[in-house]
Amino acid sequence: MKYPVTVSLIILITGVIMVPVVFSDGDRREYRQRSVGVAPVHSPKYQEECSSCHMAYPPGLLPARSWKKIMAGLEKHFGDNAEIDVESLKSISEFLVTNSADDSDYRRSRKIMRSLNSNDTPIRITETPYIKYKHDEIPDTLIKFNKKVNSLANCNACHHKAEQGLYSEDGVHIPGYGRWDD
Amino acid sequence: MKNLLISFLTISVYISPTYSVTADENTVNTLMKSYQLKGVKSADAQRGEQFWSKTFTGNEPFTERSCKSCHTANLKTKGEHVRTGKIIKPLAPSVNQASLSDVKKVNKWFKRNCKWTTGKECSAQVKADILAFIKQQ
Repeated sequence: MKYPVTVSLIILITGVIMVPVVFSDGDRREYRQRSVGVAPVHSPKYQEECSSCHMAYPPGLLPARSWKKIMAGLEKHFGDNAEIDVESLKSISEFLVTNSADDSDYRRSRKIMRSLNSNDTPIRITETPYIKYKHDEIPDTLIKFNKKVNSLANCNACHHKAEQGLYSEDGVHIPGYGRWDD
Repeated sequence: MKNLLISFLTISVYISPTYSVTADENTVNTLMKSYQLKGVKSADAQRGEQFWSKTFTGNEPFTERSCKSCHTANLKTKGEHVRTGKIIKPLAPSVNQASLSDVKKVNKWFKRNCKWTTGKECSAQVKADILAFIKQQ
């Protein structure tokens, strides 16, 4: 009877010792990002072409079908003309589709995908049910009528690490209001 | 011979900073040449300035549009994207060296912004005039 106890103890102690080895700082950071955000992917081309006018939205916030639809209509892009050359169009579309929410195992991407019907193709991140639900308690005075925010589409006005794919509540600071607690 | 080489090197050191400034000049020249090929005889900065303030009608909510809508009347100050509020760096080359330094970028923005502001692409003459106006700033 004594023998299995010793074995279990050895396994337990080895496990505890191995924790810092298996979960290095980088792993922990990645684990945190996976559990609170979307994939922090980066493309210089995407940054250059799209973020002149708005925040470079992480591709993990929409499914591939949405990105395809958006990229097919850049001439009329939310009331603006956002035409780009064929080469950029191809490489940016590829980047967005490859890193879209569909197969992502990051928390926010999975939640967004789960909130959509398979035939929904939203072209606004702010119209996905999950994102809508997450913001439904915040009054218009803090977003729409807040001059420093203007629109729910300005993620990084309040989520200061939005471009890096981090959206946890403790990172929220609403201009003119402060922290937001649910 | 050695002296000649040294003086040549010294001169190049003095010339190189000026050369980097004139790279901007090269961009403008390349663009102007492309407009000449489309029949433009000369560029008029004053006409460019008038166009800058000219208003056009567009769809709601931006029914009145002009270059000033986003870039403001003073090209030396920063602008703001009329819809998203994102800051736009000043267009005046005197305060923003990156302005008018890339032919491809100038063409891209002329195409996009003329279409949004005026409803169609700008003619080569209008582009030449605006370019001449911005260059002076």
